[in-house]
Amino acid sequence: MVIAIGFEGSANKIGVGIVRDGEVLANVRRTYITPPGEGFLPRETAQHHRGVILDILKEALEVSSILPKDIDVVCYTKGPGMAPPLLTVAIVARTIAQIWNKPLLGVNHCIGHIEMGRLITKAENPTVLYVSGGNTQIIAYSSKRYRIFGETIDIAVGNCLDRFARIIKLSNDPSPGYNIEQLAKSGSKFLPLPYCVKGMDVSFSGILSFIENHVRNAGKQTKNSKKDKVQETYTHADLCFSLQETIFAMLVETTERAMAHCGSEEVLIVGGVGCNERLQQMMEIMCRERGAKVYATDERFCIDNGVMIAHAGAEMFGSGTRMHWNEATITQRYRTDEVEVTWRND
Amino acid sequence: MSNATDIIILKQGAEARLYISEFNSQKCLVKERFRKTYRLPEIDKQLSGERMKAESKAISRCQAAGILVPRIYNMNLNDRKIYMEYFDRAVTAKTYINDLSPENEEQLNRIGEMIGSIVGKMHANNIIHGDLTTSNILLNPKSDDIHDYDMIFIDFGLAHYGQSTEDKGVDLYVLERALLSAHSSVPTIFDIILQSYKLHNSNGAADVISKFEDVRARGRKRTMVG
Repeated sequence: MVIAIGFEGSANKIGVGIVRDGEVLANVRRTYITPPGEGFLPRETAQHHRGVILDILKEALEVSSILPKDIDVVCYTKGPGMAPPLLTVAIVARTIAQIWNKPLLGVNHCIGHIEMGRLITKAENPTVLYVSGGNTQIIAYSSKRYRIFGETIDIAVGNCLDRFARIIKLSNDPSPGYNIEQLAKSGSKFLPLPYCVKGMDVSFSGILSFIENHVRNAGKQTKNSKKDKVQETYTHADLCFSLQETIFAMLVETTERAMAHCGSEEVLIVGGVGCNERLQQMMEIMCRERGAKVYATDERFCIDNGVMIAHAGAEMFGSGTRMHWNEATITQRYRTDEVEVTWRND
Repeated sequence: MSNATDIIILKQGAEARLYISEFNSQKCLVKERFRKTYRLPEIDKQLSGERMKAESKAISRCQAAGILVPRIYNMNLNDRKIYMEYFDRAVTAKTYINDLSPENEEQLNRIGEMIGSIVGKMHANNIIHGDLTTSNILLNPKSDDIHDYDMIFIDFGLAHYGQSTEDKGVDLYVLERALLSAHSSVPTIFDIILQSYKLHNSNGAADVISKFEDVRARGRKRTMVG
C-alpha cells in the first residue's frame, strides 16, 4: 500500500492531494485569479502560492485524516511550468519531506494529468488529448514512453482562449475558458476563421491574430466598408462560438488522425480545457462514428490538482523510482516523452 | 457503380472512408470524405471541398514532376468522392519498416534515401504535402521480392502549392515527428532522409533545413506552462 501526498503549482492553480492506492483521500485547490483583461504573471502567482500553501496542506491532512507518519512518499511537480510558482511548491515539498523524513519524488506535470485521467476513467490504453493553458499534445503510449504524436507548433489552445478572453475583457473567474464556453452558448452566427492543421500538429497563433484584428477593427470604417452594402457584425458571443467551433474541430480532427495512425479505440481528454463540454461532445460524436470510446473527467480532476501529482508519484514510487536529494530541482521545460514509464508493462 | 451492399471498407482514416469500387468497369479505390457531424456544417463543407481540390491539384502537380502518385479517374464534390487508382499489392511504409529488423541497415538506408529524394523533389517543385507520415507512403512491389518496390505518395488532402521555406520546414518537422513517434526503434532513419533530401531538393534545400531547425526549436523551447 502506498500513501502519497502531491504538491502541484506549475501555473495559477495550487493544490495538495493525498491518495492511497488510487483512492483519492484529499484534493484541495486554490486558484490565483487576476482581474479581467489581465493574465497571471510569474512573480505574483508565486506570491499567491506562498501565501496559501500551508493552509492548503493543513486542510488536505485534515480532510484525509492521514497523519504525516503514514505517508510513504512526498511528490511535487518538477515541471514543466513557470519557474517561480514551481520553485515555491518544490521548496515546501522538500522541507516537509525533510521534517517528516520521507522520500521525495519530482513528477512530470503532463504525466500526472495522463495517469490521473486513466485512474478516474479506467481507460486502459487511450490516445490522450492533453489540452491546457500551456500544453496541447496528442499522446499515445508505446514501449515505456508516452509519445507525442501531435502538438501545437506555437501557442497552446488554452493560451489562445485565455488571450481572447482578455481581448474581450471576460472575467477570469472561475476561468477564462469557462466563461468563453458559457458565452458561446448564446452565439449563433459563424465567423469563418483560419483553420490550421498540419498533419497531426496544429497552430493557433494565426487564429488569435485574426480574431484580435476583427475585434479591434469592429465598428471602425474600413476602406471597403462603403462597398459592402451590409456590414456584417458579430457579437462577442458569436466570436466565442466561432472560436470554439474552429479550434475544437482542429483538435478533434488531429486526435482522430492520431487514432487512425495508431489503430487506437479509446480517447482520453485531460487538462484544463478538457472540462469544456462542447469539446467533450464533439469528441464523443467523432468516437461514436468510428466505434471508439471517449473518456473525460470533470473540473475536479481536469484542472491542475495535487492528486494527479500524488497518484503519478505513487505509481513511480511503486515501480521502484527513487530520487536523490540533489536531483530535487525544478525545470520549466520537461517534455512528456522524457519520462520512462516504469509502471506500465504493456 | 456498385451499390451499397457490396462495399467493403478498407480503411477509415481521420476524414475519409476508403473502399473498392469500379469506375468505367475498372477496379478503383473510392475515397469518400463523409460528412463529419462533430463539426459545424459550415466548417465541414468548406474543409472537405478545399481538401478534395487540394488533393487533385497536388496529384497532378506530382505527376508533372515525375513523382509516383495514384491516378485520379474522377471526382465529385457533391457526393464527396474521389475515384482513384488502387494498388492492391502495396503495403504502407509504416508496415514495411516495422517488419524490417532494425539491423537490416541496407534496406533501411535504401527506404530512407528514397523517401528523402522524393520529398526533396516535391519541395523542389513547390509541392507541400502537409501530412507526411509513413502511413501515407505506399510501397508497391515490382516483383516477388518485397524489397523491390515503387514508392507512391498518397493522401494529399492537406497539400498545397507554395514557395515558402517555412511551410517546407514544417513539412519536414511533421515527418520527423511522425517517425519519432511511430518508429522509435529506428532513430537514425530521419537523418538518412534529411541527407538524401539535401541532395535532391535543388531549390534552396539549405534554407529549408535552417527553417526546419527554427520550427523544431520553437516546438522544443515552448515553455509548456500548466
